[in-house]
Amino acid sequence: MSEFLQQLLNGLSLGAIYALIALGYTMVYGVLRFINFAHSDVFMVGAFIGYYIGQHVPQDTVGGGLIVLLAGMLGCALLGMLIERFAYRPLRGAATLNVLITAIGVSLLLEYSGQVFFGATPRTFPSVFPSTNFAFGDLVISSNQVVVIVVATLLMVALEFIVHRTKIGTAMRAVSLNPKAAQLVGVNNDVVISFTFGLGSALAGAGGILYAMNYPSIDPLMGVMPGLKAFVAAVLGGIGNIPGAALGGLLLGTVETFVNGSQWSTYKDAIAFAILIIILLFRPAGLLGKVSIEKV
Amino acid sequence: MFTRSVFQVLCAALLALSLSNGLPAQEPIKIGEFASLTGKEATYGQTVHKGTLFAIEEINAAGGVLGRKLELITEDNQSKAGESATVVKKLISRDKVVAVLGELTSGRTLEAAPICQAAKIPLISPGATNVSVTAKGNYIFRVCFIDDFQGTVMAKFAYDSLKLHRVAILSSASSAQSVGLAKYFRERFTAAGGTVVLEQKYGEGDKDFRAQLTAIKAAGVEGVFVPGYYTEAALISKQARDLGLTVPLLGVDGWESSELISIGGAAVEGAYFSTHYSAENQAPGVAAFNARFRSRWGHDSDALSALAYDAAMVLADAIKRAGTTESAKLRDALAGTKDYAGATGKITFDAQRNPTKSAVVLTVKNGRFSFLQDVNP
Repeated sequence: MSEFLQQLLNGLSLGAIYALIALGYTMVYGVLRFINFAHSDVFMVGAFIGYYIGQHVPQDTVGGGLIVLLAGMLGCALLGMLIERFAYRPLRGAATLNVLITAIGVSLLLEYSGQVFFGATPRTFPSVFPSTNFAFGDLVISSNQVVVIVVATLLMVALEFIVHRTKIGTAMRAVSLNPKAAQLVGVNNDVVISFTFGLGSALAGAGGILYAMNYPSIDPLMGVMPGLKAFVAAVLGGIGNIPGAALGGLLLGTVETFVNGSQWSTYKDAIAFAILIIILLFRPAGLLGKVSIEKV
Repeated sequence: MFTRSVFQVLCAALLALSLSNGLPAQEPIKIGEFASLTGKEATYGQTVHKGTLFAIEEINAAGGVLGRKLELITEDNQSKAGESATVVKKLISRDKVVAVLGELTSGRTLEAAPICQAAKIPLISPGATNVSVTAKGNYIFRVCFIDDFQGTVMAKFAYDSLKLHRVAILSSASSAQSVGLAKYFRERFTAAGGTVVLEQKYGEGDKDFRAQLTAIKAAGVEGVFVPGYYTEAALISKQARDLGLTVPLLGVDGWESSELISIGGAAVEGAYFSTHYSAENQAPGVAAFNARFRSRWGHDSDALSALAYDAAMVLADAIKRAGTTESAKLRDALAGTKDYAGATGKITFDAQRNPTKSAVVLTVKNGRFSFLQDVNP
């Protein structure tokens, strides 16, 4: 029983990070209907911002940790908006495929510039938050896992609030529903799209730092696998659907952890993806996605 | 005045040269060496070269072999693919070397091996650990142990020295080397009477090992064998300690990097791993070698220089026993090398021309690697 609870906890803390990254994929898809493949590399940049800022703040303090987290989110938000401004905006109105290929280009650009600027060898991420382990009988919870789950939950609640309770959130939903109609009623699409990229990238930045805190070895290609998993999580939950991305992330993290802890650990990705295929066979729009009829 | 003194010095030098060269009246024995002296792996190549050169100097200082001095001809492959083949061809056809020493990496040794085999010139690699290297032919040798061997060594160490009876293995499913190490560890450990309770796998680039470690903790083992590289090993150690899994962790030479300690911190304290050589080894042969090496180069020897030293020494020993530099006889003498006491342990070649030799086990103590013991196979 305690092994089961421990694995559940491991899975949730991994899933929370997938969920944070998945939110960025899903938000951009919701507004622009394309997959921003550079998102996973923004996640990597977040971890590296944390690495450099983390060396200049007091170690092992909550204050220092929050500064690093905020700096990473801010830096990534800026990066996301820059990418949107210079890579995607000039292609607005072009075929989706063109934008998709540009996204892959931006992703490779970030990965390999990262290798030039940060170096290809793995770096050790500083311990920014204080870390201890809490034991409840056989069950062990590390403070980093608690921080991941708490921060991820808070950010998801904040996101839900922004999207549903603020003016800019209403504008985002309007653009997502129908960009032309939104423009007609006075919504500035460029501002809304830029904001969406900023918000999604800030979540990726937070994800990068939380990930690096738990797995303190970072390198310029660290975003590739978590990014792929988060993309799967977004599809699993129903792409374009914000609570769906969160649910998909948690589910994927948990399934992966349980398979990993079993005797079939060699096949963990195969099993995780097989589950994705089965779910999509029965619910093509994802767990929480709504089936939309394409108007031809 | 000036010209006269220069003239005198020159005369003296010429006289000295003619004396030293003239008396044995025999040509030196030419030995080829190829190494990555420049390029991206220059530091490794330079270290290897120091070991080889040191061996040749010591042999010559002791009067050479068969009454003849050894002459080392060194070629640089610039750490580039394709370059080794060219320089080794040159060593064999133009310089007429009797044997070739090199290379540290398996890839570049594999380039040179077919050329040496075709020319029937013995090749001794100091550091190529890939199994296929010596399979290239009966003229190809190496003085380092092959990858799988460390699995056997660590199983023996775990069972005999640490007295562990129930262990788990956490290996990488995507690395052939890791899979091989795990297989040999399991075979030896089971044969000794121990039980491998469970084997968990991880994939390339994984950073989360909590799931596997939770399962290992629940299985109640006394130790975990982790055949992998330092980045994974450090994260595994850290996550194991976080989960309250406090049993000893055992690794292999892929753990030997300062990054292991900088990432793993306190979590890697007390971990054990096997490797080729340690300058801290107080065994008489090793300590004496290291002291001589330090007085020649001003710093301690390491695994690479010690292996290169042994490769040259094994060759000299074989030439001595063969009584000739004729290639077939030299090869047979090399193949017959038995219990040669080198800096990296006693070397005996098996039928595949791989050495059976001892490995050393290091442990992490106060944030640094320290020598623990030799383990014989």
